[in-house]
Amino acid sequence: MTRRSPWKTALGVVLTALMLFPVYWMLNVSFTRDQDMRKSPPDLFPVHGTLEGYRAVLDDQLPYLGVSLVIGLGTVVLTVALAAPAGYALAKLRPRGGGVLSFLFLVAQMIPGIIMAMGFYAIYLSLGLLQSVPGLIVADSTLAVPFAVLIFTAFMSGIPGELLQAAKTDGAGPARTFWSIVLPMSRNAIVTVSLFAFLWSWSDFVFASTLDGGGAHEPITLGIYHYIGNNNQQWNAIMATAVVASLPATVILVLAQRYVAAGVTAGAVKD
Amino acid sequence: MQDGGRTAPAGPRPDRSAPPRRPRSPQWAAWAFLTPVTLYLGLFYAYPLYRNLDLSLRHYTVRSFVQGDAPFAGLDNYRTVFDDPTFGPALTHTVVFTAVCLFFQYALGLALAVFFNQNFRLSATLRALFLVPWLLPLIVSASTWSWMLNSDSGVVNAVLHAVGIAPVNWLTSPSWSLASVIIANVWIGIPFNLVVLYSGLQSIPASLHEAAALDGAGAWRRFWHITFPLLRPVSAVTLLLGLVYTLKVFDIIWIMTKGGPADSSTTFATWSYRLGFGNLLPAFGPGAAVGNLLVAAAVVFGLLYLRVQRKQALS
Repeated sequence: MTRRSPWKTALGVVLTALMLFPVYWMLNVSFTRDQDMRKSPPDLFPVHGTLEGYRAVLDDQLPYLGVSLVIGLGTVVLTVALAAPAGYALAKLRPRGGGVLSFLFLVAQMIPGIIMAMGFYAIYLSLGLLQSVPGLIVADSTLAVPFAVLIFTAFMSGIPGELLQAAKTDGAGPARTFWSIVLPMSRNAIVTVSLFAFLWSWSDFVFASTLDGGGAHEPITLGIYHYIGNNNQQWNAIMATAVVASLPATVILVLAQRYVAAGVTAGAVKD
Repeated sequence: MQDGGRTAPAGPRPDRSAPPRRPRSPQWAAWAFLTPVTLYLGLFYAYPLYRNLDLSLRHYTVRSFVQGDAPFAGLDNYRTVFDDPTFGPALTHTVVFTAVCLFFQYALGLALAVFFNQNFRLSATLRALFLVPWLLPLIVSASTWSWMLNSDSGVVNAVLHAVGIAPVNWLTSPSWSLASVIIANVWIGIPFNLVVLYSGLQSIPASLHEAAALDGAGAWRRFWHITFPLLRPVSAVTLLLGLVYTLKVFDIIWIMTKGGPADSSTTFATWSYRLGFGNLLPAFGPGAAVGNLLVAAAVVFGLLYLRVQRKQALS
């Protein structure tokens, strides 16, 4: 039915190449030698490729990457633990006031991150939670929890009621039904939520710079930011760090593309 | 847009028979599952928002910020903000940034969605690759664009030079800085528009196009008279969501220009940050006041979005 037109494919490839040119450029610069960095015109390929930039990443940025990994995983656990039970209740237990709660989550998604950051700053200052990893995990989870509740609610509405009814007949309470039936059946939703929660906390800059700036455990986004601020000349190191910081996104796109597209169409959010 | 089937590609189908005859589960069970998230909502959304409102209504100094005994100031902070010489430019830049970004993101996203909807060889793979800019951490995109737009060594000026155009001081001249951050932000926003509009196009029955083609309508007419009107609901949702997200863009602008030079790319988001965190002597009160203006705008458009979405769900 569809005509296979090579011209369209060719045009598609050209458009994609244009769109991804900045990504290519980041790779190219990350391999460029210091002395070629200010060459005019710049080399379109890393002819005299060097790994200096990546060596700098290994020397300077590994602790930042570790912190980001811990924060990302912490955010995933917290987000799923909070949102999955909520999704189950909203989808299947029909609580009084559930509609209001869903509405509040939709509104919560629209609050600018910078406002949340200012409020968090005031609270964390009095609690002594500034520059702490748990504090940043909690703040980062606010990026993902409303979205996660929406996804879980939508997904769990699709679980057949007969199945839950059967479990009830067999004597399972709501907690057991949730743990042994609903949760295992919601694997896809858990994957989608986890991917986005990880990606958003990994990429977070606003909370990191306001709540964690100058701390002993800073995430990779601040690592890059300090790099830009401190040594303006070493762009290969900056871009090499950027490449490494992009790896989770790349891996996720390659391995879990269908979940990504599903998340975006479900009204995904990004600050 | 939020059905379980699409959210979970291999998920179970929605059941249609259950709701009316299933007995009500006890309310306490439902709320036991909801308690953690309700507490969370109160502690980590409502309270920071309240703190922010409180900040904007008091005279805070660094000392009283720590001790928490700042005197009540009424709307003084808001008055300070309105009288500030930055207010006018920041408002203009926020409106221009949002409007121009939305227009180009939507127009380019729609054009690409229509193009990719034609299902040629490799179209699925290429469409997936278009998601890359959306998935990259903002600091990565922002620093890459910073270097590409560098006046002396950036690849953009090198290309302009090759076609005989004089170099542009993208990030360091007041007349170009806003354009630079808009370019970078449009690049980041295209994938979202493409994916959502593409899924909207998929739901338009192909038979309509075939019928119109038989009646002799060309591709251009078919787009304007069939595709575009039928896509209106999806377009409305995309644009309103885009509006809410673009209003709060901060990272890109702050990393690329810090709102400068001379406030030439300052928006409400970066201004609020600079007031609260950017100086040695933080002005928490005015910073929070600017932030609350932003919240007000976001919530107005957010409620509009919810209205549109609900209307569509009913029809």
